[in-house]
Amino acid sequence: MLKMADSQQESSGRHDIGRYFRPFAGLVVPAAAVIAALAVGAILLGVFGANPLTGYRELFTGAFGGPDELAATALKSIPLMLVGVGICIAFRTGVINIGGEGQIIMGAILATLVALALPDVPRPILVPLVMIAGGVGGGIWGAIPGALKAYSGVNEILSTIMMNIIAGFFMSFLLEDWLIEPGAIRIQQTKRLTQNADLPILPGGTRLHLGIVVALIVAVLGYLLLFRSSLGMRLRAVGHNPHASRAAGMKVEMSITQALAFSGACAGIAGAVLVFGSESHRLIGEGGPLAFTQSAGFNGIVTALFGGLHPLFTVLSSYLFGGMLAGGISLQRAVQVPQALVIALNGVVVVFVVGSLKLRTRVQRWAEGDIQMEDRA
Amino acid sequence: MNDFFTVAIITATLASGIRLAVPFLLAALGEAVGQRAGVLNLGVEGVMLIGAFAAYYTALETGNAALGLLMGLVTGMAMGLIYAFITVVMHAEQGISGIGIYLFGLGFTDLLFQKQVGTPRPISGLQTKPFNWLADDTGRAGELLFSHTILTYVAFLLVPVIYWLITKTTFGLNVRAVGENPQAADTLGVSVNGIRTAAIVIGNTMAGLAGAALALEIGIFQQNLTAGRGFIAIALVYFGAWRPVGVMTGSLLFGIVSSTVLQLQVQDVISGSVASIANMAPAVLTVIVLVVVSRRIGQPAALTRPFTRDG
Repeated sequence: MLKMADSQQESSGRHDIGRYFRPFAGLVVPAAAVIAALAVGAILLGVFGANPLTGYRELFTGAFGGPDELAATALKSIPLMLVGVGICIAFRTGVINIGGEGQIIMGAILATLVALALPDVPRPILVPLVMIAGGVGGGIWGAIPGALKAYSGVNEILSTIMMNIIAGFFMSFLLEDWLIEPGAIRIQQTKRLTQNADLPILPGGTRLHLGIVVALIVAVLGYLLLFRSSLGMRLRAVGHNPHASRAAGMKVEMSITQALAFSGACAGIAGAVLVFGSESHRLIGEGGPLAFTQSAGFNGIVTALFGGLHPLFTVLSSYLFGGMLAGGISLQRAVQVPQALVIALNGVVVVFVVGSLKLRTRVQRWAEGDIQMEDRA
Repeated sequence: MNDFFTVAIITATLASGIRLAVPFLLAALGEAVGQRAGVLNLGVEGVMLIGAFAAYYTALETGNAALGLLMGLVTGMAMGLIYAFITVVMHAEQGISGIGIYLFGLGFTDLLFQKQVGTPRPISGLQTKPFNWLADDTGRAGELLFSHTILTYVAFLLVPVIYWLITKTTFGLNVRAVGENPQAADTLGVSVNGIRTAAIVIGNTMAGLAGAALALEIGIFQQNLTAGRGFIAIALVYFGAWRPVGVMTGSLLFGIVSSTVLQLQVQDVISGSVASIANMAPAVLTVIVLVVVSRRIGQPAALTRPFTRDG
């Protein structure tokens, strides 16, 4: 399980000069993986009788063709960036966080509760407040499986999956009754939340809102935390070798709990953005948890892996995958192939990226002029 | 309130709980085999979705539910070969590549459904009820035990079969060996990769079958039909401490809780919000069990660890 973190930590510990090139070199194989995934997509398009070139041209135009398209792509990429940065923190600590979905939901719930409790707080205070509430909600939902892993040895993959299920039912519990819009037809959604919590639209004439700024700030903070703080140094040391870290006097249990708490907090902020940056400005549970999260808890894993588990590169990869999601709509319109294709291709990308890790480690070392080092892994 | 506590309704609820347990049971038994060989397959959910769509679409086009079941099984097997290549040959991180399989299954089946079917059209499920003739004469107990389709009996029969396979056969011994200490097994001439591939294919075939069982039980397909059942099945393996009987107990628990909650809601005994809390219960219980299990019983020592000759 720690194999991935190991191979990357190894190179970061020993080769200072190669440090700045590492993400680029590490991107060679993922880029090949995306090309391979797009090839699979082309075959699928062909099978459905659509012209793959037309399809991909429409996808590209729909994602990056103009200011509105670029803004739509940015909007789609916000949850991916936030979850992805959290995934970087967890995976670098050697903790697999599959609980993004639940953490998004709990962040959204706590942020919604704050907005319902404090509707009259002025916007400049309430907007940061609901974002922080989202972070706290998701953070708690991450810290629980973190502590269970650290202190009771509970496999975090399973506990985070269970926490997803619990969060999904908890949301439907709240929206069935307590938080449901009063007087309306029984749809699982809150009333329109206070305007004071709306994420302001950025100038420029597009629909892009402040959420993108929040995501970028979190990404920079995530980078500083992981690579420029002693806390991050400890997290990465634990990810690299928990036994050695313990021998060196580090509190491994605390680091594991912190990592999942930070990871959950990032996802929780994504949940808050999904509520207050949505066009309806409410928490909607109708259609199930997956409809609310848009699978960002899983897709964020894709973008983090693709970004080499580096927060800043995860921003770039999230933007690319946001483009796939935004462009998928144009693709569907142009060649009548449902945009679900994009989700399927995301899965193929994950498989290719992790499946090519053996290869990737080799490329990285070659780029660092270290090919002679024995590679038996 | 009183309406629920009649023998007839309780019997019907338990019988439906047994039926709802079948997809959990099939998927979790298969996952247990894979994990005993040291391979975690987090893609069960995706494979179940693929199996479910294959079964649904086949049954829709041919009107033959049994053929649908077969297609679910075959697609599961195919996914097993793919997953074996990814994890055994390419040494991919098992937790993450499983998420890739899940996303692929989720998107791919949604794509196929929208493209090939469009609007949800119901299919008729499996009608073969081999012991139904016993149900009429034996009253309530008969309804509980004999009113099921053949698939339910097959699923529960697989519990002793898998137990026998893992504990009493050479293959099972090899499975456990490569799951506990692949290096030692290798020095004794056991093909670690071969055994793991076989275990993965068995596991995925059963996951495909589980999806097919679900689609035929519900009689419809829609996006994300499995709704987390595949993920629960993985947890049930830990819940049951890698033992078939434990896995069956967990599956029945989840099945009966779901059917009871559903029945109570239909009878208007509980509101939707209470039902959500009740539905949460098995997941909470699983977390608690995970805490207990992790202290007492160890998982297969080489779980999630790719095999290399030099460790």
